[in-house]
Order: sequence, then C-alpha cells, then structure tokens
Amino acid sequence: MPKWITQVGCPYCGSSCDDIEVLVSDDGKKILETRNACVIGNEIFHHVSSPDRPKKPRMRQPDGNFKEITYDEAVDYTAKTLLKSKKPLIYGFGSTNCEGMSAVARVAEKAGAVLDNCASICHGPSFLAIFDNGYPSCTLGEVKNRADVVLFWGCNPMHAHPRHTSRYSIFPRGFFTTKGQMQRTIICIDPRETDTAKLANIHLMIKQGHDYDLFDAFRTVLRGHDIPAEVAGIKKDQILEAVEKIKKGRFVMIFFGMGCCHTDGRNHNVDIAISLTRDINSHTKASIMAMRGHYNIAGPGQVWSWQFGFPYCLDLSKGTHAHMNPGETSSVDLAMRDEVDCFMNVGTDAGAHFPIDAIKHLKKRPFITVDPNICMASEISDLHIPVRVVGVEEPGIVYRMDNVPIQFKKVVDGPEGVPSDEELFDRIYERMCELTETEPIWLPSREHAKAPTAAEQ
Amino acid sequence: MALVTLKPYKTPELYLECYNISPDVFAGKTSAEIAELDVREGKTTVKLGDFFEVKGNAGKTPEETEIRVSGDCSRIKYIGNKMTAGSITVDGNADMYLGGWMKGGKIHVLGNVHSFCGIAMEGGEILVDGNAENYVGCAYRGDWRGMRGGTIRIRGNAGNDIGTFMLGGTIIVEKNAFIHVSTHAEGGTVIIKGDVQGRVGGQMVKGDIYVLGAVQHMLPGFKKVGMTEREVDGMTAKFTHYIGDLGERHLKVKGKEVYANLYVMAA
Amino acid sequence: MAEILIKNGFVIDPTRNIDGDVADIAIKDDRIAEQVGSGAKVIDARGKVVMAGGVDVHAHVAGPKVNVGRLMRPEDKLFKSPYAQESYRMESGFSIPSTFKTGYDYARMGYAFVMEAAMPPLHSPHVHEEIHDTPIIDQGALPVFANNWFVLEYLKNQEIENSASYVAWLLAATKGYGIKLVNPGGTAAWAWGLNCLTLNDTVPFFDITPAEIITGLMKTNEYLGLPHSIHIHQNSLGTPGNYGVTLDSLRLAEGMKAKNKFSRDTVMHSTHIQFHSYGGDSWGNFESKAREVMDYVNQQKNITVDLGCVTLDETTTMTADGPFEHHLTRLNHLKWANTDVELETAAGVVPYVYDKDIKVCGIQWAIGLELGLYAKDPMRTFITTDHPNAGPFIRYPRIIKWLMSRDAREETLASFKYSSKVIDATNLHAIETERNLYEIAQMTRAGPAKALGLSHMFGGLAPGMEANVVVYDLNYKDMPSDPEMIERAFSRARWFIKSGDIVVKDGDIASHGNKRTFWVNAKVKENPQVIRDIHEKFLKDYTVGLNNYPVWDSLAPNPYVINIDVEA
Repeated sequence: MPKWITQVGCPYCGSSCDDIEVLVSDDGKKILETRNACVIGNEIFHHVSSPDRPKKPRMRQPDGNFKEITYDEAVDYTAKTLLKSKKPLIYGFGSTNCEGMSAVARVAEKAGAVLDNCASICHGPSFLAIFDNGYPSCTLGEVKNRADVVLFWGCNPMHAHPRHTSRYSIFPRGFFTTKGQMQRTIICIDPRETDTAKLANIHLMIKQGHDYDLFDAFRTVLRGHDIPAEVAGIKKDQILEAVEKIKKGRFVMIFFGMGCCHTDGRNHNVDIAISLTRDINSHTKASIMAMRGHYNIAGPGQVWSWQFGFPYCLDLSKGTHAHMNPGETSSVDLAMRDEVDCFMNVGTDAGAHFPIDAIKHLKKRPFITVDPNICMASEISDLHIPVRVVGVEEPGIVYRMDNVPIQFKKVVDGPEGVPSDEELFDRIYERMCELTETEPIWLPSREHAKAPTAAEQ
Repeated sequence: MALVTLKPYKTPELYLECYNISPDVFAGKTSAEIAELDVREGKTTVKLGDFFEVKGNAGKTPEETEIRVSGDCSRIKYIGNKMTAGSITVDGNADMYLGGWMKGGKIHVLGNVHSFCGIAMEGGEILVDGNAENYVGCAYRGDWRGMRGGTIRIRGNAGNDIGTFMLGGTIIVEKNAFIHVSTHAEGGTVIIKGDVQGRVGGQMVKGDIYVLGAVQHMLPGFKKVGMTEREVDGMTAKFTHYIGDLGERHLKVKGKEVYANLYVMAA
Repeated sequence: MAEILIKNGFVIDPTRNIDGDVADIAIKDDRIAEQVGSGAKVIDARGKVVMAGGVDVHAHVAGPKVNVGRLMRPEDKLFKSPYAQESYRMESGFSIPSTFKTGYDYARMGYAFVMEAAMPPLHSPHVHEEIHDTPIIDQGALPVFANNWFVLEYLKNQEIENSASYVAWLLAATKGYGIKLVNPGGTAAWAWGLNCLTLNDTVPFFDITPAEIITGLMKTNEYLGLPHSIHIHQNSLGTPGNYGVTLDSLRLAEGMKAKNKFSRDTVMHSTHIQFHSYGGDSWGNFESKAREVMDYVNQQKNITVDLGCVTLDETTTMTADGPFEHHLTRLNHLKWANTDVELETAAGVVPYVYDKDIKVCGIQWAIGLELGLYAKDPMRTFITTDHPNAGPFIRYPRIIKWLMSRDAREETLASFKYSSKVIDATNLHAIETERNLYEIAQMTRAGPAKALGLSHMFGGLAPGMEANVVVYDLNYKDMPSDPEMIERAFSRARWFIKSGDIVVKDGDIASHGNKRTFWVNAKVKENPQVIRDIHEKFLKDYTVGLNNYPVWDSLAPNPYVINIDVEA
C-alpha cells in the first residue's frame, strides 16, 4: 500500500511550508502524489524520480566531454584542488541543509577558502543594512495572528512565494485576526501592477530606483514635517494616506524583496526601511522581514554566524581569523577581480545567476559543481558531483525566512551510492587531512542528519 | 627623513595584502629586513621582497620614514594600514583599503584608488590625484563609528557611499560623486565640487555637506531654509542652505533640534 | 580516559568544608575516586589551587538572539579575534564569541557547565545546533515560559496541574532544563508594543498579572519537582527606582517550600540582580540600592541570586525582554534587532558601550560588586555578567579580582571621569570586604551547582562526583599582592580536567572533551486536556507543524537526561 507522509517540509521557497503531504510508493522509493504544495513545490518532489538525474560524478575530459568517475576520484580531485588553490571560493547553499553548511565550513577553514552563499547576489544588501541598523522582526505566526497593516515593498509573493499570502500574510485567519483578509489593509509598493499589487488596498506605483526617496518621505511625514508635492512619482496625498493607515494599524508588517534590495540604493533602501520600522514603533507596533528566496537560504547565515560570526562573504584565507567585507569578499566581486583561483558551486546555479563576465573569469580556473541536478553551472564545470535532494531524500534543519528552524524530514531513499552534501563534504575534509597528514578536527559525538522515524515520534 | 623605495618587479597571481607597507612597521628596519616582511597572497604567506625591490633603510621612527612605491599597486591592498606618522607616496594606482584605520601621517597616490580608501580613518591626510571607487572614508561594516578625523582629498571622481557614518574630519571630492553621501553621518564635512546624482545626506543626524555643482535628486527630508555665504576649501561662495534629514532623529540642544546642513552652491 | 592523580595542591572544596588543605585528588575515568593505582598520570599541583570545574548558572551563549547579535555585529570581530590555536577551530568575536570560542574560552577559565539562560521554544532546534557546536563544556538550556499563551491561560484559571503537564511536555519537546521567566507578562504585552512595569499591571488580553504568573510558575516548578527552581528575570529591568519591584517579586517566594529530589532548598533564582537594584527616579539621580536588595536576599533563605556585574566593556545586550531592548535603542540610538516569537516570547538585541567615563555606567559597575560583597551567603550568590549583557563571560576573572581586592576596586574607581559622583551614588568606596578563594569557589561552583540541582555531580571534589578539576596558578598560602595576577590565574587555568579528560594544559585547549547536553524529562500522567490544547494551538495558531516541533535526538547526540517521575 502506498503511504501518505504528513507534515513534510517543502524544499522550494523561503516560506518553507511544512504541511505538505506526500504519497510514497510501496517500496518507499517513488513519490506518487503530493497535497498542499504549490505547483513549484509539487514539481520538486516529483523531480527526484526523473530518470535523467545524474547518479555518478562526471569529470570533464581533455576532449571537452564528461566522463563518469567514482565518488572516491571526485573527492580526491576536489580535496587536491582546494589544497592547491591559494584562495578558493565556495559558493551557493541555496538548497541544502544546515548539516551540509556546517560540514562545508570545516572544509573551507581547512582550504583557506572564501565561503559565500546565494545571499551574496540576493539579500546580501539586506545583511549590510542589518549590520548598520539592526533587524526588528518577528516570526511569521505573529503576522498571521496579529498583523492588520501589511506592506509588500518590492516583492511579489503571489509568484515568488506562492503560499506566503495564504499561510502567513494576507488571507489567514489568526488568533487576533479572525476575519482574515477583511481585517488587513494591504499596501503594495511596486513599479508594476503585480498580482500582489492587485490584491492591495493601496498600490503606490513608485518610480523605479527611487525607493530610498519614498522611504525618506514616509519618515519625514511620520515626524510631522512637510514633504514635496510629489516624491518618487507618488503624489503627496497618497503618501499621507498610506502613513495614516500605518499609524492607525495595531501591528504593521513590512515585507521587502529584491525590488527593494536590488534596485538603486540597495542596502540603503533596506536600511531606511529598518529606520522606518523603528519610527513606526514609536506610534504602534511594527516589524520588518526580508522575503528570503530559498527554503534554507537563511540557514548559512545562521550556521556561519555561530561558527565564524558572519553570515556570508567569509574570507577564511587569513588562517588566524575570519574576515568579511562585501564589496571585497563577495563572490561576484572576487570573480570580476580575479581574486580567487578555484570555484566550487554548491546547491545552486551560479551559471544561471552570476553575470556572464563573472562566470568567464571563474572559468579560467578549476570549476566544480555539487548539486543533485543538471544545471547551467554543472554543464560548464570541470567536475559535477551529484548529491541527495534535501527535504526529499535527506532530512535536516532548515531556517525559514523568519529564521525559525524547521526540521525537514526525508520522504524517500536517495539513489544508491549518492551521498548527502554533508557526507560528501566530510569525505572531502577527511581526504584533505590525509593529504596534508593532519588530524581531522571533529567535535565529539559526530552524527549525520537523522530524523526520528515515525515510530519514534 | 629616510627614504625607502619599493619597486614592484612581479605581478602577483591573485592579490597581495600588504598590511606591512607602513612607516610604523618599516621604522628602525634596514632594506633587507623590510624585504623579509610578510605579505599575504590568499592563504599563502610570502615576503615583501618576493614582489618588490627594496632600496634604502627606514628612519628610526615612523615620523622619520618616507616610503615611495614607484610603480603600480593595482593589486596591492592595505597600503598605509593603521599608520600613525611618516609618509607614503604611490606612483601609480592603489587597491582597496588605502590608508585604512589611519591615525596620522600622509599618503599621496598619483593614480586611482579602489574602494574603502580611508575606511574608519582617525587622522592624517590622504591625497589621491586620480579617481576613487566606492566607500571613501566610510565605516567598517556594522560600525556606527566611521571616519573620525583627518582629511581625504580626491582630485577626480568618487563612487557611492562617501562618508557613511562619518563623525568627524573632512572629505573633499574635486569632481563628481555618484550617490549616498554622508549617510547616517553624525558629524564631519564632505565637500563635493562637482555634481552628485542623489541621496545626499540620507538618515543624516549631524554634520555638513557642500555641493558646488548640482544635486540631481534632492531627498524629500531636506528643507530649504535660506541663502548663506560660506567659505569652502579656500573659496567663498553663495549657497542655498538646506536642513535635514527631517525623517531622522536629531539631538536637541536647549530644547531645539540640531539638524544636518546641506549647502548647494547657488547657480 | 584513565587514571589521573593531582598531587599536593591547595584544595578548595566548599561542599566538604575544605579550605586550602594540601591534598591529592584522584580521578578514575570520568569520576573523582578515593584513590588510583600507581600507573596514574600525575599532575603536580604543588603551590597551586585546586578547585572543582566552574558552573555558570546564567549566560546567553547559544540560540537565535545570540546569533542575531553575532550576525548584526561584524564590528565585534574586527581586530578583536586574532586568536587561533593550531589543530582547533577558528575563534571569532569579543562580546558574542562564536560557538567554538565560547567553548574554548570557558574551558580555559576552568568552567565545566554553562546554562543557556533563555531558549525560545520554537527556536529550540537552533539552540541545540549551537550547543552541539560549542565544544567541551556541558550545557543545558532554560526554555522561557512567562509569556507563553498556554501558561498564561492555565495560570489565569489557576490550573497548576495543567500548567505542569504543559511545562513537562515542553521541556521534553525542546530538551530544556527548567523554567525561565523573562519580564513575566511584559514580553507578551510587547507583542502589541506595550509592557508590564509593575507586578500588578494586567497583561493585555490574558487578564493576568506578573505576580500571578510568577507565583503560578513557582507552584508549577515545585509540583514537578524540577532540579532547578524557577529562574526569573524580573519586570522593570534596568530602570531607575526598580528595586521596589524587585523586592516585591522576591517576596513572592515567602512561605514557598522547595519540593524535589535534588537537594535543592530554594524556590526562586533571581538573575542578574544588579540590573534590578536601582534607586532614584531618573538617570540624573540614579543610585545604588544594592544594600536594600541584598539585605532582603540575606534573610530570605529560599532564594538565590546571580550578580550580572558590569565589566565596563563594549558589549551586546540581548534578552527576551523585548520592550527593554526597544527602550534601550531609544536611549543609545544604536542598531536594534527584535524577534517576536509566535505564542511564546520575544527577544531584542542592542549593542551597548559601558563607558567608565559615563556616570551611570560607573554606578552600575559599583552596584554589581556591592551585591557580591554584601552577600552573607556566598552559596546563594553567584558570579555572572549576564553574558553578554553586562559584559562578556571572559571577564569573570576580572570580577573575581575586584571582589577579592579592594585595591583593584579603588584603582578602577579612581580612573573614572566622575569617580566622586559614582562614590556619592553608591556604597562601594566604603566597603572593605575582600572575598577569599573559598567564597569565590562557593560563588562560582558549589553554589550554582546546588541551585541547579546538580550538587551530586558538579561544584565539588568528593569521590563519586564528576571529574571536573581545575588547577589555577595561585598560591593559597602566598596570594599575590598584585591583583592582576588573580585575574590572570583565573583566565587561563594551568590544568583543567573535564569529565576525566585533560582539556586544558597551560592555558591552552588540549582536547575537545566530551560535551553533553543536560535536559529534564519530567514524566507526568497523561493529561487529555493539555494534549488537546496543544493539538489545537498547533493547528490554528502556530505556523509550524506539531510533528516538526520537538527537537530531534540527533541534535543532542550526547544527552544527559534527568528523569523525574512526578507523583500524581
């Protein structure tokens, strides 16, 4: 009998929904059906059974073609390349578990590498703003249970985070928001009329690139000063109306996305949004949250912060201490300046996401991809090492966009012989220790990610 | 003054971190000892002499030490890091962190500088004949204590984020600046002799900004309060006086709020 | 592990009234032994002090708010963490060190057990991930309860049994150690931007007062017979004139009896009491009320306190007292992080510079030390800095120096810009007391171990106890005239043996030891109402599934579980 597994976590977007139900075949190997997931999440569960999935590492040959090699050979090549490089760059981690991120940190420390994650090209500016101004935030349940004024600034959850609005931010009926959407005023700030903007009570169609000016206008009005007749393409009356709604809210929530942190102004847009959140707290209660993209892209920010003190762009090449300064130690900057001599792309697709020039620079040196699937990066790599799919074939901790840790189950067994990210990085680390004749530094009580069985629960 | 000349003869494969090119480190050392100083290339430690021909012995003290780098330093970071006295001249370009955390002395770059020039500077002088990239006289990430003293003069253009979290000192950009000037500043003076695109004085608490050219986009938090004549960098001119950022908090002195000032030269 | 003999040291063990006797301490595997064979490794401790491993009753070292502090403060690392020991993990950070540095630095000071002082239950997997990555030291974590919706509802209806069933369930689900209260009711109010500043303010919506929450949780704690008493961060922290609220809360313990099988005889631990001993009604006339508070603590035998001493450093404040951090950021205008946690709690983080040339900071510094010097029972008064709130834990040796040396205190006091104003507002200048090593051992080892219900394992050197033994470079018979030597000796242990492993030698880490996670499994009889309530709240109000909430066993791979059978 096929079996339904419930409360499964979805390895897609930063909403990290953990209410997915998955129907698994008799032999526990195939996913037959899912419930509750959005179309993209559903696709991810089904994708693991794809017959095209690589199950062996593939090494680029002198003739330009890939040849399948053993995992031992792949581990050996990676260990040697990392040791030989003066400054390797290990980047990615949009789609893996915290156990993998922890394991790779040990490798990076040994390799004297730069360790960076997808935030570098995504919510990195938000980190810069958090460094400068803090982060007055909350968990998503607070939004569901309390928020009656919700701002979406430069984000479009209806497309990017399909279940966000129904689970947390617009529609759900919460403890103090028993009327759901009826009880919430939705304010959308976006230059386009997105599907989220269509749901809004107020849509401020901002002139692109002028977010900072509009935030400044909001703040100026909140402090009781006058503003010009038009700011960022928005009429003064509309700004006053929005500010009035905010002041009257009992719990104001600001969600911001790429439209805020990747238009002109970048970290400063987020920075002043945080200042605005602070200001609103003098009138009523307010919180702010970054719409993080991937289901565990908040994870590396957490793991590496507790291990090294920095969430991304960590330069571990100095040996004695970790250094971080985005602009210098950020992946794309390093690539463009030819500052690194080896590139490892893990659990993401730098091939698709990086500027083409950055990829051209990186391609001059060894280029390794660790990812369950074939992607643009894997296809231009010197070595592609497939791993198990976290959340489907591998359990582990993930951090939702609000930094709540969620313990993701596995629902089916991975392909035979294919390791998890964590196992792979531990093997690479052990090989590096063998090659350098050094003792590996394990903390005692080492254990790979392990979810309790249904019986144990 | 004793002159030490560094002549680059080899380009690094990646980038060199030369924390040691500073009168404070060179002081009291012979040219041979200076050539033995550590520099970092990625995870490897190499010697200054592996990349530079070193001539001349340093003075006894940093004050008595003059360093001349006769060649291009486009791939040399941290020149003049934390220096307190003496002087450094770079005949070409310099890479990131030129004069970072500098407390005294003088640096002159004949070419361009990359980002983070004069980061968290406390004193001394930096003169750049060419252009500067971003983050001139800024704070280190997360620190609310940016540039506290000294002078940075960029003869050419500068990029974004000039004087972020500035508390004191002076930054002069003789040509144009891009965006974000004196963001979060609580003191100090920034003078832009050319044009600025926008976001001048955002979240600024205190301090002065002079723009001798045009500000393309004024922030809504800045309010015109009148006209004034001011002396700026040796010249006197008429300025339109704005106060702001009205959206930001401000200190109160005798019950009256003290705003930051933005002076834009009257056309 | 094998046999170790620590020979000829000056042994200080308050649990057996041993004060500086020259004796040998024998270790067999992970326990102190009566004797060992001739093959034992011998450590010569002649002319040195031998104590049990330290026990920290209250520090914020693992979890979401600690980590948001690390994340948002890159400048806390800049030029401040250049120390890396070969063959060990890289170390980072000053006021909020990385997990590796946390474990290493505690071990270097000879600490064996550290209690993480506030665990938001929803984030408990995160807390355990960090504990897992904190080497050497044994740890537990206290989940916060005093603003939790379940608890507020049960206590409003005075349902102690239901409250106890829920607490027991949550302790097991989060692998927690005991009951922490932070700003009872005030943090729940903060979810609407409000606060509870007195014991009788009503919590919005829940219609219960802080006094009722404190009393209710005290009863719950003794109903369950947990090893530790309730552990409370009181209302109105850090406000001039708050000592009245402090005394009112402490009085709630009057007449309460400890009921447990762990030889704990106290019912309330009031933490970082320094922040709660303030007089005056503004920062202008701010003054010490240490004497008033400590006089009460001295006579009320069923409470314990820890000091929360200000160390005069640049540090990072962090607490589940959300409204306080908001108040603080409005005072110092520095960056502010806040996390409100659905149904459970909140937390805030703000950097803070305790500048010795600011009068208020000087007074706060003096208050912490006054409390430590006025205490009549060092077994009930523990040294902490509320790490990192009043200063980083690596300053414990400095606190010890100040408590042991009047000269050291006077020297610091004299260096203040406003020393005469600080002297006027405090009593420290007049206090001549100097603590001795025996009292320090009570305040850092035997006392906290007893308060945590761990006196059978930690805090002493009797045969059968955990082999946590530290050797400090101090001559008991010839104490250094230079107080700096005291600080240095306590900063870097000469030897530290943790559960039988030599983890520190000559002040450096020598092994990753065998760290454990302590948690309490209180078995209560099945309570259908509470089970139903839990299911319902997870279905309707939480955004995480009930199945995914309890911390996996694999996150605490080396657990030490304290099982309690609660009699009906």
